[in-house]
Amino acid sequence: MDLSFDLLGNALVSGLLLGGFYAAVTIGISISFGMLDIVNIAHPAFILLGSYIAYIMNSNFGIDPILVAILASPLFYALGVVIYTIYDHAFERRGDSALRGLSFFFGLLFITEVALTLIFGVDYRLVEASYIGPTLHFGVIDLPMRLLVPALVSVAMMGGLHLYLSRTFIGRAVQAVAQDPLALRLMAADPSRIKRIAFGLSIATASIAGAVLIVIQPIEPSIGRDYIGRIFAICVLGGLGSFAGTLLAAIILGIMENFTATFFGPSWAPAVAFGFLLLTLAFRPSGIFGRA
Amino acid sequence: MKNPVFILLLIVAAALTFGLARWVDNAYGYFAGYVVLQYIVLSTAWNILGGYTGYVNFGIPAFIAVGAYSTVVLHKTTHLPLIVMMVIGGALSALLGMGTGYLTLRLRGTFFSIATLAMAVVMQTLVTNWAFVGGSRGAYIIRPAKVDYLGLDYIQYLFLMMLGLCILAVATARAIEKSRLGYGFATIRDDEAAAEASGVPTLKLKLIACALSGGFMGMAGAPLPYYVTYLDPASAFSLSYAVNTIAMPLIGGTSSWLGPIIGALLLGTLQQVATVTISSALSLLIVGVLLVFFVVVAPKGILGWFGK
Repeated sequence: MDLSFDLLGNALVSGLLLGGFYAAVTIGISISFGMLDIVNIAHPAFILLGSYIAYIMNSNFGIDPILVAILASPLFYALGVVIYTIYDHAFERRGDSALRGLSFFFGLLFITEVALTLIFGVDYRLVEASYIGPTLHFGVIDLPMRLLVPALVSVAMMGGLHLYLSRTFIGRAVQAVAQDPLALRLMAADPSRIKRIAFGLSIATASIAGAVLIVIQPIEPSIGRDYIGRIFAICVLGGLGSFAGTLLAAIILGIMENFTATFFGPSWAPAVAFGFLLLTLAFRPSGIFGRA
Repeated sequence: MKNPVFILLLIVAAALTFGLARWVDNAYGYFAGYVVLQYIVLSTAWNILGGYTGYVNFGIPAFIAVGAYSTVVLHKTTHLPLIVMMVIGGALSALLGMGTGYLTLRLRGTFFSIATLAMAVVMQTLVTNWAFVGGSRGAYIIRPAKVDYLGLDYIQYLFLMMLGLCILAVATARAIEKSRLGYGFATIRDDEAAAEASGVPTLKLKLIACALSGGFMGMAGAPLPYYVTYLDPASAFSLSYAVNTIAMPLIGGTSSWLGPIIGALLLGTLQQVATVTISSALSLLIVGVLLVFFVVVAPKGILGWFGK
């Protein structure tokens, strides 16, 4: 192993950018799992759905994948609203969200994956955009645009969501429903409606996360599963529902994965996230910022 | 019905099944039947943890793979009989269940589920990078043609072993249901905090459930290398094991030992037919849709229709 400065620096920088992208993938779970306590393990499947929509529009009409994602996000919002309505009626009101609610999302994950496989096959798909090829150079540090653009998009998305959740009435109500639904009801706001909006938002982020995913790497239907561990590792480590924590945890994971891939080989990289998750759950379930 | 009587009935049912299989005498029948029997064991095992205590295990492929890969290792290094390999695979898998449980069961239930999902990928990565068992290229296992002392073809022998394991798993599940252990499990499912406050040793009970459930899955996985004769990580850790094993008890009904059997017989047979007549991808889609449909519309499963 030759530990040179270039290699180290580049692993660090691309890990940082990768972390920015991981934050975009995780933000939806930070909302649904972190704030609403809905364990949406199907989230990666919706992200892949976003990727395939970006792929179809890009390969047929040459539209920029990120633009497609922004245009498609209202559709994803609607999808989220529909799913939450079913979830609310079938599980939350019956008080049966643990066993059956989890199985419900697991079923959705599986259906989406199999359906995508049936439609698109298991070939890897990719998109074309002007920023995918070039790389910026700063001395020995390389800054690939196909990592830089997703990182910027995801930071912008997180900033926007943060503003929305902290400045608007509905946004504050979402944060309130996370803390105390009963108190919210006493303020004459309907927790179900607030949760529906919040869940819709969390699925809407999957559209954009999907577009940046297909910019970063070619996709096939089963790669969503690799992201389940990453997403939950980041979400838990970041301290359920905290955006700043999510971003920091995502960057930590991105850097660690990149170092592992650089120095031990890429086949070990998936184990990093999951090992990380298991260790976090075992020793620090409240996250790095948690109060133990 | 007392347990010994029940076990006797199970043995009679199993003997009839094997007799029927011998009478039909079709090699494909054994291959298809083996899969259905395997799913009876898997879904019964899953239900011991999921149905009785309410903890959802998504890491089923990891438990199967621990059993299967322990057989690969033992096959390469020793000449143990299959039944010993099954016991060893089951023991290792039970340890894995206890380990995962010990790390995460003190937290909220959802964390356990997420951890099991994560554990499956960690195990897959380990196996993919483990050259001795074939790594990502997979391992070839040469199946003996016959089992001489029984005078059976090997596939018939595998079928028989799985049938035996079915009896063991179903009898265990039923015995638990009406025992102190089963009532303890039910208190955890219904209200864990109240159970803990009334002095039920919840962590210990959950660990027992994890070990039993994982152990049976490992035992069901142990003969797998001989069944498929070529085992690679992608198929050993296939998500379809997980979705089937979860769908079967939920469709049949999680409240009793009968539910997983009904689910496994129905879905297992349906899939064998659909795989042959339509396509395997579509048959998996059917399972996923049925799973979602049942958890939303019929939360008590098929047993719920009969007022159970």
